[in-house]
Amino acid sequence: MSGQGGPGVASGRLAENVVHFGRALRAAGMRVGPGAIADALQALATTGVGGRGDVYWTLHACLVKRHEDHEVFDQTFRLFFRRRGLQERMMSELLPPTPNADRSNEVRSRVADALHGKREAELPREQKPKVELDARLTMSQTELLQTKDFEAMSAAEIAVARQLVRRLVMPDDKVRTRRLVPSGRGGRIDMRRSLRASLRTGGHGVTLERRAPAERHPPVVALCDISGSMAQYSRMVLHFLHALTEARGRVHSFVFGTRLTNVTRQLAARDPEVALERTACAVSDWSGGTRITTCIRRFNHDWSRRVLGQGAVVLLVTDGLERDPDADLAREVERLKRSCRRLVWLNPLLRFDRFEPRAGGIRAILPHVDEFRPVHNLAAMRELVAALDGSAVSAPRSPRDWLKEYAA
Amino acid sequence: MAETEAARGLPATIDETSVLLADHGYVSDRALATVLFLALRMGRPLFLEGEAGVGKTEIAKVLSQALGRRLIRLQCYEGLDVSTAVYEWNYAAQMIEIRMAEAEGIADRQRLAEDVFAEKFLVRRPLLEALEPHEGGAPVLLIDELDRTDEAFEAFLLEVLSDFQVTIPELGTVRSETPPIVVITSNRTREIHDALKRRCLYHWVDYPDAKRELRIVRSRVPGASEALTREVVAYVQALRREDLFKSPGVAETLDWATALTELDAMSLDPATVEDTLGVLLKYQEDVARMQEGRAKQLLDEVRADLKAARG
Repeated sequence: MSGQGGPGVASGRLAENVVHFGRALRAAGMRVGPGAIADALQALATTGVGGRGDVYWTLHACLVKRHEDHEVFDQTFRLFFRRRGLQERMMSELLPPTPNADRSNEVRSRVADALHGKREAELPREQKPKVELDARLTMSQTELLQTKDFEAMSAAEIAVARQLVRRLVMPDDKVRTRRLVPSGRGGRIDMRRSLRASLRTGGHGVTLERRAPAERHPPVVALCDISGSMAQYSRMVLHFLHALTEARGRVHSFVFGTRLTNVTRQLAARDPEVALERTACAVSDWSGGTRITTCIRRFNHDWSRRVLGQGAVVLLVTDGLERDPDADLAREVERLKRSCRRLVWLNPLLRFDRFEPRAGGIRAILPHVDEFRPVHNLAAMRELVAALDGSAVSAPRSPRDWLKEYAA
Repeated sequence: MAETEAARGLPATIDETSVLLADHGYVSDRALATVLFLALRMGRPLFLEGEAGVGKTEIAKVLSQALGRRLIRLQCYEGLDVSTAVYEWNYAAQMIEIRMAEAEGIADRQRLAEDVFAEKFLVRRPLLEALEPHEGGAPVLLIDELDRTDEAFEAFLLEVLSDFQVTIPELGTVRSETPPIVVITSNRTREIHDALKRRCLYHWVDYPDAKRELRIVRSRVPGASEALTREVVAYVQALRREDLFKSPGVAETLDWATALTELDAMSLDPATVEDTLGVLLKYQEDVARMQEGRAKQLLDEVRADLKAARG
């Protein structure tokens, strides 16, 4: 920056304000590096401080790098440059204004916290599990909006499960990509390397070097039911997903009860404790009811095109006990099936020897899945790993067989 | 000093930028004009993300026309590598060169290598082409649908975009004197890494609002009657509020307006709408959903709204 002072770069109070603003954005959860701030200053000098709209879009161009951040930026900008006209604010000396208690939505309160410097609000504290009833979302069954403390779950079980899950050898399921890499026995001739090799001998004879398609892990997308009926299993599955995320990239994890939450970033934390704690904080519908149809539709609508590219395997972890299954559930699962390479349904209910696909939800989902497996214990989880690997010892029964048998 | 050279023919203000785009048939909003102006002025790549069919690629095309620069397009796909994106050697010609050298009895390896890896055997691909000097100013480099490639190519691109140079081991480094105007588009079928986005100015291209879409249709489909244009735009806007798997983009609106004009429609009627839904909706379940009477219902609502707005 030092070399660019003078007219080329916004300076003085304006610079100070932008730096402050950047700090507020960062506190509100956006990733704003010093490089972006420097860009913003240069950009403001380029556009010239004109109308409020221009400043807004100039800062937006430099500081927002993800579509999701737009909302946070918008709120922060409004709060930050609110009181008087922008220009006076930039000219006069400034500290961020105090936002009033208007906190109608989540983002705004997050932004307000950031401006207030109330960081501790975001950190998990040992709280008594609060049970709040939300009248708006009440269905036939009450939704339990609570952030469940992992400590409250059986510690012994968690410890054993985690250790054993960690010890699993994660699946080595490679699929071929269209990228070519040097290989001893590839099907295609690598002209470039062949030619170079032949030059080494001064052009006498050409040894053919070869290339073959590279192989890599396909993405895994997990949709994990965390409703009350699944509580015992979803925890274990999350540990499994954490281990899987750590072992290979491209694992996208979603949890759902009455709403769908993307917890990929939370699960990316190294330490499993921290990762699961963050997940618990991010999720508000832990151990409540389920709305499978709505959640799968949200996934199809908002996420499927973003995460299901490049031949993803989808793990759908749910007991399939939907309150009111209708044609929509079947339609959404079918949509999901058609968007991914393989749809694996993990159902803990399958642990019962006499499992019968009697519930309407289960019968709606079953025809559309490629594989139907239990996930109730570690043996089942190990089998799942083997199945993902493509080296399954015993092939599970086809999902359609379940239905046929039941019908008979 | 370098700035004046690079800034030759570039718009000087945000307003000029939006006028420039409008003159070449692209109706932009203030946000897009601002980010585009900054990208041109600051010499930074422009990263455009958004749903399919909102006119991302079109921005680069219009930009090259408006500025009178050459457009170099790199269409991304899975498995894209250096030999298709940057450069490749003409192996057949090289082989002949080696044979000739043998015939002449040249066995000096150093010299042979120099002969074989000469510039005349170099096949230039889009990225290398974009770095070379062009008459009339640096070209517009469009890297289309970056989300279709893999992370490896993205990492390579990062290197190119930060220094505007590529190294060819056999020849040396090619460095661009005036960096190209880079436009990157993504349909967001996967997340592009933050490191790459950080080097760019980011802009989310959204569906246009009714007012802007009206201007777009008027400028792109001048043959459509005013009444039809209004109805088409209002209908598409209403359709985007429906819970569809894939909402129609601007490209679909234009296609639809063109199709209806071809059919000599002066205004919308339920039968024509149902018959031509395939132009707007590209998923069977979306079409099915609308055909269950919803298409007509929506049309009635749109009509009522238009009437209310006029009266």
